Amino acid sequence: MATQSRDAAIVGVYEYPSRDVEGKVNPLQIKAASAAKALADAGLTWSDVDAIYDASEGAPMSGLMISEYFGIKPSVIDTTGVGGSSYEFHAAHALRAIRDGKAKVALLTYGSTAHSSAMAIGAGGRGGGIAPGDNMESFAGQTLIANYAMVARRHMHDYGTTSEQLAEISTATRYHAMRNPEAVQAMNDLEFLNIRETTIEDVVGSRMIADPLHLLECCMVSDGGGAVVIASADVAKNCAKTPVWILGTGEATKYPQNGADLTSSAGVESAPVAFGEAGVTPAEIDIAMIYDSFSITVLTLLEDLGFCAKGEGGAWVEGGRLRFDQSGGPALNTDGGGLSSNHPGMRGIFLLIEAVRQLRGESSSQVNDAKLAVAHGNGGMLGGRHSAGTVILGRD
Amino acid sequence: MAEEQKKVPTRPMPKLTELDTADFWHATKNKEFKYQQCANCQTIVWHPRAHCTGCVDGDLQWKTSKGQGTIYSFSVVRLSYHPFFRSKVPYAVAYVDLDEGPRFLTNVTGVEDPLTDVHIGQRVTLDWEEYEELSIPLVKPV
Repeated sequence: MATQSRDAAIVGVYEYPSRDVEGKVNPLQIKAASAAKALADAGLTWSDVDAIYDASEGAPMSGLMISEYFGIKPSVIDTTGVGGSSYEFHAAHALRAIRDGKAKVALLTYGSTAHSSAMAIGAGGRGGGIAPGDNMESFAGQTLIANYAMVARRHMHDYGTTSEQLAEISTATRYHAMRNPEAVQAMNDLEFLNIRETTIEDVVGSRMIADPLHLLECCMVSDGGGAVVIASADVAKNCAKTPVWILGTGEATKYPQNGADLTSSAGVESAPVAFGEAGVTPAEIDIAMIYDSFSITVLTLLEDLGFCAKGEGGAWVEGGRLRFDQSGGPALNTDGGGLSSNHPGMRGIFLLIEAVRQLRGESSSQVNDAKLAVAHGNGGMLGGRHSAGTVILGRD
Repeated sequence: MAEEQKKVPTRPMPKLTELDTADFWHATKNKEFKYQQCANCQTIVWHPRAHCTGCVDGDLQWKTSKGQGTIYSFSVVRLSYHPFFRSKVPYAVAYVDLDEGPRFLTNVTGVEDPLTDVHIGQRVTLDWEEYEELSIPLVKPV
């Protein structure tokens, strides 16, 4: 029995505009600048914050360090770090802390200079990692992209999915990116070639990076960051903007196991919990903010979230139903996504931010009368150890 | 001459000192692929570690694989920034299901063209790449 509650809402958001800070700003400064703007967006200030969330990617004891840097005195500190989905986990935990009466105003921040620090993320060597299995794996030279490519290869094998179908994800997000001035600026700053709406032929004709994934199926590596402010119902009703309620959340993990099905993610477990708590179904969702590290990530997650059955994602995405101005499916990554707008390494916070913009009516690819959104983050690697965080958002 | 040799990039090598996996890597010197099975609950534990993931009173025993398996999935890497692998593109990485159960990550060797000669479901056998202290378990088609 669903018991939809409205105990906590996102009341402030900010996406740091620059994707190339040219070494002039550090990640902590991006976090602080974004936090101040998000608090101002909500009509709140530093001293209102009593709960801090940080993905602990910057330093050990990050909950302590970031509180001092911001100059706040939180009584709830959460440094859950599970990769790019950390912010969906944070939103889930903030809802619980607020519901329990432990906090009234929660602050989530992210900042990264992955681009200007020239972090070799996608095609790096994977030597000397920190995961338990790394001493068994690093000899093989599996790039991060190849990890996702192995999911795509198996999906194609099991279900007949094609590169042309996967390309639908890339063309839909680029379609949205071209309407978002910050995304266009990002692609210019990151020296994308031939910046325009793309076709299926463009995507499958682009350079192969790790079979079967082409260049235009891979996300960018940018600088960037952002902040999200979550508040109790009491606080939210006095905030500057329309509250966007957190209606349901789900969290799960998955990792390599003997005999496991590579074509399903931990989202299979997190999504039903979140949808169940919210008391809504995928068919009711207007906006799907789904972590698009690669085309295959979205295809897999659309299935795992229940928009279509496992294996049917390829046929389901055909014909452009994921575009904001088409019917028959949710609008996908209306900011342009990690593929074409913003991916500084951990994209999860932007999923929440753009979902909020849509539910407020502030998106550059606005869906008419958008009422319900899902933000689903995948952290780690889809074809390996990863985490899934699903958050259902709605407005009054 | 020694200077020149130092500059040749090498494959990232496993650490023989890593406590969970040291026994596995020491056995590879004799081209043995060891894996663990719990005598109590029969769980096959992969990657190697000191505790059983299937039960809390586990009794892990080392077994030796016959070295035959099937490719579960693969990708052919075209772009790598790693100094060693950069010189190897295009090369195939694969998850291989050994007949005894463990699924491990490796490279597929012994094919003329990885773009056309590697397939899901392909039967493979271990193809050891030998070094002084250990060997790396690659696979080649049967």
